[in-house]
Amino acid sequence: MTRYIIRRLLQAIPLLFIISIIVFALIQVAPNNPIAALQNNPNITPQDLLRLEQEYGINDPLPLKYWKWVSQTVQGNWGDSFVTHRPVLTEIGERLPNTLYLSGIAFFLALLIAIPIGMISAIKQYSIFDHIVTTIAFMGQSIPIFWFGLVLIIVFAVNMQNPFAGTPLFPHPAPLPLFPGGGMTWLGEYPPEPLVDRIWHLVLPVTMLAVFQLAQHVRYMRAGMLDVLQMDYVRTARAKGLKERAVILGHVFKNAAIPLVTVIALEVPSLFNGALFTETIFSWPGMGRLFFNSADRGDYTVLMGILMISAFLIIFFNLIADIAYAFLDPRIHYD
Amino acid sequence: MLSLTWRHFRKHKLALVGMTILGLLVFGTIVIPWVTHYDPGKTSILNKYLSPSLDNLMGTDGLGRDMLIRSMDGGRISLLIGLLAMLLAITMGTAVGSAAGFYGGMIDNLLMRFADMMLTMPTLFVAILLTQLLRAGVIPFLSAGIAPIVLVVALTSWMGVARLVRASFLSLKEKEFVEAARMSGASNFRIIIRHILPNALSPIIVAATLRVGAAIITESGLSYLGFGVQPPTPTWGNMLKNAQAELDYAPWTAIFPGLLIFLTVIAVNYIGDGLRDALDPRHVD
Repeated sequence: MTRYIIRRLLQAIPLLFIISIIVFALIQVAPNNPIAALQNNPNITPQDLLRLEQEYGINDPLPLKYWKWVSQTVQGNWGDSFVTHRPVLTEIGERLPNTLYLSGIAFFLALLIAIPIGMISAIKQYSIFDHIVTTIAFMGQSIPIFWFGLVLIIVFAVNMQNPFAGTPLFPHPAPLPLFPGGGMTWLGEYPPEPLVDRIWHLVLPVTMLAVFQLAQHVRYMRAGMLDVLQMDYVRTARAKGLKERAVILGHVFKNAAIPLVTVIALEVPSLFNGALFTETIFSWPGMGRLFFNSADRGDYTVLMGILMISAFLIIFFNLIADIAYAFLDPRIHYD
Repeated sequence: MLSLTWRHFRKHKLALVGMTILGLLVFGTIVIPWVTHYDPGKTSILNKYLSPSLDNLMGTDGLGRDMLIRSMDGGRISLLIGLLAMLLAITMGTAVGSAAGFYGGMIDNLLMRFADMMLTMPTLFVAILLTQLLRAGVIPFLSAGIAPIVLVVALTSWMGVARLVRASFLSLKEKEFVEAARMSGASNFRIIIRHILPNALSPIIVAATLRVGAAIITESGLSYLGFGVQPPTPTWGNMLKNAQAELDYAPWTAIFPGLLIFLTVIAVNYIGDGLRDALDPRHVD
């Protein structure tokens, strides 16, 4: 097992390099460069332009540019943002924890709710509960996530009032929306207590992020359970006289969870995608929104940084999922 | 075979409902703008932001245009993009998957690693960058209209199809009919296209149907962010883009286009589910 992990980690390095080449190529094809805006500036003399070109290495051959970027990056110097002129790592470092905070909570909440629901749905197959669950799960997978966010805002932030406005819980006088339409914390007068404030701001974004995952996890949990419930060893366990609960929790669930783990691993990239929409709609100061803003403004250094970090996180979590998979299923041997 | 599949399909009430909804939507998007002589330039500031009423079933937008007709007009583009992107993704995925599954070995390894690598990149981020690049005119004939977004949506979704096709090919190429075809002198290419592919068609068809829904959602998402189809060409996605600022006083501008996306994707998914069951060769009649 340790050998497998080491092998995967070693494999990840060339993978990251190839991804860095792709990222670099993508950005290089873009028409902008740091001094493009200065070309039309009448105060810049041609000599100045030449000097700037030398300094920034605008006309260097591509491999040289790549080498310069990569060597700096692995040393920890990720460059400065074109827009704010602050180090890229600082920019990302401010935003990444917020994204992980939001995505992580949505992820765990979705799992926490989906697993029991999927289990019960499978156990009581064809019941009304099952029908309702499968229909809702189906719809949850078909819903456009950004529209769902807008609907959430319309219903809860625009149309519903907070009944606790003016109380010590929410000192702000009425009218106050039931849930805020954006932001991570309250930025005005009369902020609520910090913990309440955070949870209050988390509700809608987490709902939006979690709904798609919830639908998918319920479906996979239910499908996995249904498969396992047919197996002979379940029948044996019951014949041995085990209580139903012991059968379900001890035998069925563990085996049914395995395909779910694989699905969860493949979902990690979509956590970033989903987070982008959520952060944009709810003005959440996270990495996804940073990407969106930077793409809009052509802030390529930040874009490259975010892409590399996202790729790294995805590779990392895929590895974790594979290890968890091997851990859960003793039939799997990685050698 | 078609009639047998249809018979199975008909048993799925939900799939039939899906087909009805989709049919109505397609019909609506083609007919309604045409019949009402819709003119996107005919704006009327007097009528702006009217809430839904008997006159305007979905209200009006900021320029006084009826939302229902405008949504149907936008639906044309959205559905077209969904269809085209799906076709492109299926073609690319089948080409890669069949080559990988059939030839195996080094080619399989290489192609699948390539697909895995594409999966490691966060798709939305890459899609945003790619659309920006294409719009900036990197490839001359792909920089305007719906071509960039169709290409980008296809590029980010072919991997799943490739995996599916590869799995089918891996199991099918060991069958006797392949050996028979080879012995009768068929070239590899001919074997792939004429013999194996028709048998691998069922999962491809199901995947294709489900992909249309995914493509529509991806396109709407990108347009919503501003990176997809640019206004004034309407799509359901970019109608939502303008709507976010207007949620306070005109929520219907946001609700209806998204609702149409939702309905389309549900319909398509139901059809895909029905097809999956209908095409399942393990059906006992």
